[in-house]
Amino acid sequence: MLKLPIYLDNSATTPCDPRVLEAMLPYFTERFGNAASRSHPFGWIGEEAVDYAREQVAKLINADPKEIIFTSGATESNNLALKGVYEMYASKGNHIITITTEHKAILDTCKHIEKLGGQVTYIRVNDEGEIDLAELESAITDKTILISVMYANNEIGVIHPIKEIAAICKRHNVLLHTDATQAAGKVPVDVIAEDIHLLSFTAHKMYGPKGVGALYVRRKNPRVKVTAQMDGGGHERSMRSGTMNVPGIVGFGVACELSMKEMHQDAERLSKLRNKLESSLLKLEESYVNGNPAHRLPHISNISFKYVEGEGLMMAFNKDIAVSSGSACTSASLEPSYVLKALGLGDDLAHSSIRFSLGRFTTEEQIDFTIQRLTEAVLKLRELSPLWEMFKEGIDVNKIEWAAH
Amino acid sequence: MAYSEKVLEHYEHPKNVGTLDKNKNTVGTGLVGAPECGDVMRLQIEVDPETQTIIDAKFKTFGCGSAIASSSLATEWLKGRTLDDASTLDNMDIVEELALPPVKIHCSVLAEDAVKAAINDYRVKNGLEPILLKESLVH
Repeated sequence: MLKLPIYLDNSATTPCDPRVLEAMLPYFTERFGNAASRSHPFGWIGEEAVDYAREQVAKLINADPKEIIFTSGATESNNLALKGVYEMYASKGNHIITITTEHKAILDTCKHIEKLGGQVTYIRVNDEGEIDLAELESAITDKTILISVMYANNEIGVIHPIKEIAAICKRHNVLLHTDATQAAGKVPVDVIAEDIHLLSFTAHKMYGPKGVGALYVRRKNPRVKVTAQMDGGGHERSMRSGTMNVPGIVGFGVACELSMKEMHQDAERLSKLRNKLESSLLKLEESYVNGNPAHRLPHISNISFKYVEGEGLMMAFNKDIAVSSGSACTSASLEPSYVLKALGLGDDLAHSSIRFSLGRFTTEEQIDFTIQRLTEAVLKLRELSPLWEMFKEGIDVNKIEWAAH
Repeated sequence: MAYSEKVLEHYEHPKNVGTLDKNKNTVGTGLVGAPECGDVMRLQIEVDPETQTIIDAKFKTFGCGSAIASSSLATEWLKGRTLDDASTLDNMDIVEELALPPVKIHCSVLAEDAVKAAINDYRVKNGLEPILLKESLVH
């Protein structure tokens, strides 16, 4: 029996894997010690658990355990990376390069840095969500200290060529940070092979708990340092003070180990399901995939169903199927997704988009159900849509002078 | 965000979806909103010229559930009313009836605009002065 509702919003967060939860539970109760308490067995048990998890987490990205700084999540990791480098390397320069489709945790941090007097260049993406490496390279100045490019985009799943970007950074002696929140645990990420200096990731996007993440900070070739943004007890090699979230860190460790073990089979299975979903939904007239289909995470699909509005569409099935929309009718601004707009999508197409993100617990039965319900909903909403009627009558909706609104 | 029962009812069973012949003199058409804003409403009325009464009303809406429900409700209200009566429709009546939250008030404003635009289209077609539109609150 198909159990409803179906969860296809795994890019927002994933459920905790039961194996992760099981490993965490003792650390809430009998193994509750503070990992920084050096003077008794309660603390030693906590420290040992954190050390072990640090190895598991480091291994996922081929890092040394000493290079892992535990944080509260990817937002904090991104803040620490950008603000920390900005402060630490102030004598070298004040210029950072990033891209327009980054998560708000990067973009808003960059805005903050600009207020502090920093310079930030935002590289634009093309209509498939990809950046031009020559443009990126030509943006580098003698004041550039950091390039921050996300590993894979959260809305459209597009994977950026981190290795090539790293080569550019190396040529110009600039640090490279990547927000790998969506990619880590889903596709192979290797900080050595890809020459990454700083990398943010989080547990709750890979079947771990919420509230714990990490920043990888390279220690060799080059040795990278960030200025702490949280002052206190000098935890995490003084880069991030605060009592260790031992149960969370234990869960993060197990989640990384499981992801590493199951990444290949998960990716293969999910890309098949994703492709089935996508090819079935693209049979609907005037539906389009957003983002380059060839360079994408295996589990994300972002589709615009032209002439229907995303939120209105979701309402047809959101009691039974959880997805997210690029439309933002609920927000006061009414602005659709800035990521989709950065791809050059008209507001109408951005308002018409739905993101499906599959996960470890997605089944084929769920995908079949989703295909059926989505197809019905799009057809129903188009019957209601004046724009669809105009399109069918051969009227170009873009040529109408819509009232100022 | 949870929708009210009434919004859900109109969304699931929208009333008066369809198209009237916009070229007929007895039909007034209002097309308001813009695709960029995520909602477009087309509301049409058919008027009995003798009695100046709305005998039919149809809509099609591109937008969220509240926009669809607002226009569905508006068409229900219009049928059987005189043009004068219909032109007094206030968006806050829709807000109350559908229990729209503040972020959705613009949907009711759009429905009111659509009704008035349809009435004016009819009036202008038939040599009457257009009624004055009040300034939209949100748009």
